[in-house]
Amino acid sequence: MWDYVKIALYGVVAVCAAIAASYARDFPYQVHAVIVMLVAAAMFLMTVRRTGDPKPAPETGYMDDVVRAGVIATCFWGVVGFAAGTFIASQLAFPWLNFDWAQGYLNFGRLRPLHTSAVIFAFGGNALIATSFYVVQRTSAARLWGGNAAWFVFWGYQLFIVLAATGYVLGATQSKEYAEPEWYVDWWLTIIWVVYLMIFMGTIFRRKEPHIYVANWFYLSFIVTVAMLHIVNNLSIPVSLFGSKSVQVFAGVQDAMTQWWYGHNAVGFFLTAGFLGMMYYFVPKQAERPVYSYKLSIIHFWALIFLYIWAGPHHLHYTALPDWASTLGMVFSIMLWMPSWGGMINGLMTLSGAWDKLRTDPIIRMMVVAVGFYGMSTFEGPMMSIKAVNSLSHYTDWTIGHVHSGALGWNGMITFGALYFLAPRLWNKERLYSLAMVSWHFWLATIGIVLYAASMWVSGIMEGLMWREVDAQGFLVNSFADTVDAKFPMYVVRATGGALYVLGGLIMCYNIWKTATSAPAKQAAPIAAPAE
Amino acid sequence: MDTYSVMREFADSWMLLFLTLFFVGVIVWALRPGSTSVHRDSANIPFRHDDKPAGAEDDGATCRKEART
Repeated sequence: MWDYVKIALYGVVAVCAAIAASYARDFPYQVHAVIVMLVAAAMFLMTVRRTGDPKPAPETGYMDDVVRAGVIATCFWGVVGFAAGTFIASQLAFPWLNFDWAQGYLNFGRLRPLHTSAVIFAFGGNALIATSFYVVQRTSAARLWGGNAAWFVFWGYQLFIVLAATGYVLGATQSKEYAEPEWYVDWWLTIIWVVYLMIFMGTIFRRKEPHIYVANWFYLSFIVTVAMLHIVNNLSIPVSLFGSKSVQVFAGVQDAMTQWWYGHNAVGFFLTAGFLGMMYYFVPKQAERPVYSYKLSIIHFWALIFLYIWAGPHHLHYTALPDWASTLGMVFSIMLWMPSWGGMINGLMTLSGAWDKLRTDPIIRMMVVAVGFYGMSTFEGPMMSIKAVNSLSHYTDWTIGHVHSGALGWNGMITFGALYFLAPRLWNKERLYSLAMVSWHFWLATIGIVLYAASMWVSGIMEGLMWREVDAQGFLVNSFADTVDAKFPMYVVRATGGALYVLGGLIMCYNIWKTATSAPAKQAAPIAAPAE
Repeated sequence: MDTYSVMREFADSWMLLFLTLFFVGVIVWALRPGSTSVHRDSANIPFRHDDKPAGAEDDGATCRKEART
């Protein structure tokens, strides 16, 4: 019966998408309608072919195939996102890379949201979905709730990524940072996110452990808050059902405040809370010892979510935003330093008594560097939110350097650690294909981040100082173009750092591929034989 | 009064009090005396069910076993 419902649904969607494609008012919408039509038609055919097949007995073990798919998707989108970032970094250093033949499609302005969304939502999002499915099952001692709904979330999320990415290149964007996709893509993501929440909650409700492990608290706050942020920030009215353009409900400073309430909490709950969920599971597992202080982890959680939600206004210092609101954002950002460092200490001290593992285990080394970068960027962030510092740092490369020490150092490294932890377990292998390659990845990525962050600090502070420099008569000394010219060497260093990071990512893909295909299979635990 | 003022007044007073008390309550709850063994047990959750879900036969029994420190 369910198969027939699905067939009908796919058929209707395919026909509606075909109609939408023919009535489309703009090119990106038309492309998207064709993509949706093709996907729905393919699903229609697949479901028809499968209908009537005998149903396999329901499985009882952990549902890991969707986590395997998630690991592959994370690796793939990671390399795509890093490569896009390295390319646009090179475009800034060498403007001829904005090719004439690709004007309007592959220039910096079109590719920049492609890069940010690819690394945050495609790489980070897939990593979060995959690890949350893995962790919630293990810590609840229960199979994932909802059966194939997990596959719907996985493939639906990939479709969201493809629609968002093609939209950026073709020019369908609502011009909100980190929330660029247009209205119908937002609606689609909302559906996926609700199903994701249901699966996660359903698994927790099924749990056999009396206590909900702290990693699940972080994952859950990430899912719930992102749902709330996504819906409020994307309140917009489409101009036409057959066009990609929509108009925001809020205007002016309200719109700006909503956007940065969203934007900063995307950092806080997507890139921090979700990845802290990873930290609280994978660091103890890899170190083979429980988290340093469980009490601290509870306080870390509540303090983080209580404070983060107010920090957004620090993105709007010295704007039309009322002073009290921007002061509020600043104060909460500074307070946020404490829970962040509490969490960092908790992660690092988990290794106390096992520090020797740093010498032998490159995976734990990655995790420790990740937590270290978490600590560094959560110190840098509050500092930059202070109005006096912000007057120097805002609109400069310092901000970009800060974001990347968090994203490459914290999110990237903890994800790599988790992927290396997962690969042998998911493919039932004795070990990773090559630990030497993990070491290579570790050093390439670390040196890449250092080059990136250091060059952006220099470039950002130089830029800020040049912008505010006035002569004895009170005239500005430098034109904007002077700063652009002065930044060239730093831009080259940054692109070099990015290239090293991409190279590390490629090595990881090869290593995980070989782990899945040719590492020795895990031996069944030896059964104690009675002595002869 | 307009909606904004009503909500603003509520947020400034009772909601602020509620959130503050809730937050203080969480800290007191986490640090309450005698909770160490419960927390130690919770911290060991990741080390229990690596390969398969808790089945009917070992339900509950494995959940409480061997606290690693």
